[in-house]
Amino acid sequence: MKGDRIYIFLFLTPAFIITGIFLYYPFIENLLQSFYNTDGFFNSTFIGLDNYIRLWNDEIARTALFNSLELILYVTVFQVGIALILAILVDSITKGAAFYRTTFFFPIVISGAAIGLLFTLIYNYRNGLLNEILVSMGMERVLWLTEQSSLYMVAIPTVWNYVGFYFVILLTAIQKIPNDFYEAAKLEGITGFQKMFRLTIPLIVTDLKTCMVLAITGTLKIFELVYIITRGGPGNSSEVLGTYMYQKAFEDTAMGYGATIAVLIVVLGLTLAFITNKLLKREEVTY
Amino acid sequence: MEQARERRLTFWERMQERYFSQSKIGKIFIYVVLTIWSMTTIFPLAWVFLNSFKESREIITDTFKLPTDPTLQNYVNAFETVNIGRSYLNSFIISGSVVLLVLFIGGIAAFAMARMQFRLRGFLQTLLVASLLIPSFATIVPVYRMMIGMDLVNTYRALIIPQTAGNLPFAILVISGYMATIPRELEEAAVMDGCGRFRMFTKVFLPISLPSFATVGIFVFLWSYNDLFSSLVLVSHEKVAPIVVLLSNVSSQYGTDYGLMTAAIAMTVIPVLIFYLLAQKTFEKGATSGAVKG
Repeated sequence: MKGDRIYIFLFLTPAFIITGIFLYYPFIENLLQSFYNTDGFFNSTFIGLDNYIRLWNDEIARTALFNSLELILYVTVFQVGIALILAILVDSITKGAAFYRTTFFFPIVISGAAIGLLFTLIYNYRNGLLNEILVSMGMERVLWLTEQSSLYMVAIPTVWNYVGFYFVILLTAIQKIPNDFYEAAKLEGITGFQKMFRLTIPLIVTDLKTCMVLAITGTLKIFELVYIITRGGPGNSSEVLGTYMYQKAFEDTAMGYGATIAVLIVVLGLTLAFITNKLLKREEVTY
Repeated sequence: MEQARERRLTFWERMQERYFSQSKIGKIFIYVVLTIWSMTTIFPLAWVFLNSFKESREIITDTFKLPTDPTLQNYVNAFETVNIGRSYLNSFIISGSVVLLVLFIGGIAAFAMARMQFRLRGFLQTLLVASLLIPSFATIVPVYRMMIGMDLVNTYRALIIPQTAGNLPFAILVISGYMATIPRELEEAAVMDGCGRFRMFTKVFLPISLPSFATVGIFVFLWSYNDLFSSLVLVSHEKVAPIVVLLSNVSSQYGTDYGLMTAAIAMTVIPVLIFYLLAQKTFEKGATSGAVKG
């Protein structure tokens, strides 16, 4: 349209000024900071790759990295797995489907902080929900948050929190499959579980892939639940990259080093997303 | 669409007749599994709500019973000892501003991206998609330094501005995706009627795209309201701290006051839950379109 130039400029400028200054510039600046030894304000010396060498040799960082990867594995498998099962089941019923949709989805709207506090109460030794159930069944109390168990105890609320999200995505995808496909399958004599594995799942594989990429990148960003439920403890046993980055940058004021950990988080996210995409490469199905 | 739906239902009905009605066990099994999962989501919250009306002592002794002597003391404590009212207000000021800013700035940008032709369009589109991959960890250190430099730390703006920046790419992509589907004829009709680009936006595209604005608004609100990480760094002072920071403080400082903890959880959860029950459709639609954001 004639005279659009001025409007294009007017309409786009505010958005790109804000994202430019407070999103893109900090992102680049963060990369630069990772080459400095800095507390963020007064002392700042260029130290080349020293932060990266420190990261490589940092035992806690390694624990945090492996914990994050372990969490990603559990969370992706269980979140997407449970969501897929629930979606297929809900799709096969007519009565009560709306009720299940509502109850499955709502944990998503609750903040991680509230869920964290909720699970603190559930795991609590003296009168947590779990121990009260045990006691009422005449059993001994159990210490739920130990060095061995803490990572699982963080994985459970993470899975619980987001299953509904993937459930809705997958259910929508399943319901989009046209009836003709099932009719054709019936003519071919494909039924039951065979139908599920040879028809339903292959047809929603793009959506499954999206879910997995989202689960992986989402789990890398996990912070609230760990910070509130375990603070990375006991003894760093449940430290993840997010909480360790926060601790280094803002509690130990090693901002340069914190920035380095953030770079690791980004690189890891991109790599894992890329790998998942490659592994699950398929022709997209359009109806 | 309607027809397809009907056909699908009949198909499933036949399907059910075959596998589930004939074998009742199959059907019962499905309902049992689904009900168990819905119990896991309902039960913990019901437990918290119930206990928030008991004294801390009663929570310890009779955690599963209905409150014998319902009390609002925990809620009174939440307002008096930790000033939850203040945090509520802070949360709504911050998240409300973020939503309004994102919808306004993102809305006009989306309009330009969707309906106008210019050279950099493809590049900007790619840039927006790429920026969905930037986690807040990767910007927080420089943002914190900038906020210190501008003397904004522990003011509302310290959180509002970076959250707005972080949510804009998502908003622009979703809204422009919606606007791109609006038929060209409407645009031409608006031109015939002598609308300029700005009036075309406010009179035609904004009203038609309202559903996408609602979806984006809800999700941006949730992300902002629930964002503990940036809040801890940028607005941790009691005067400006949003409710998630308060929850985090409660867990570390009042970890033994169960009554206060349950009341604090209940108060954080109730507003969003009511909101969700009222606008469930929009929430769920947001989940599927929200899938573009990591």
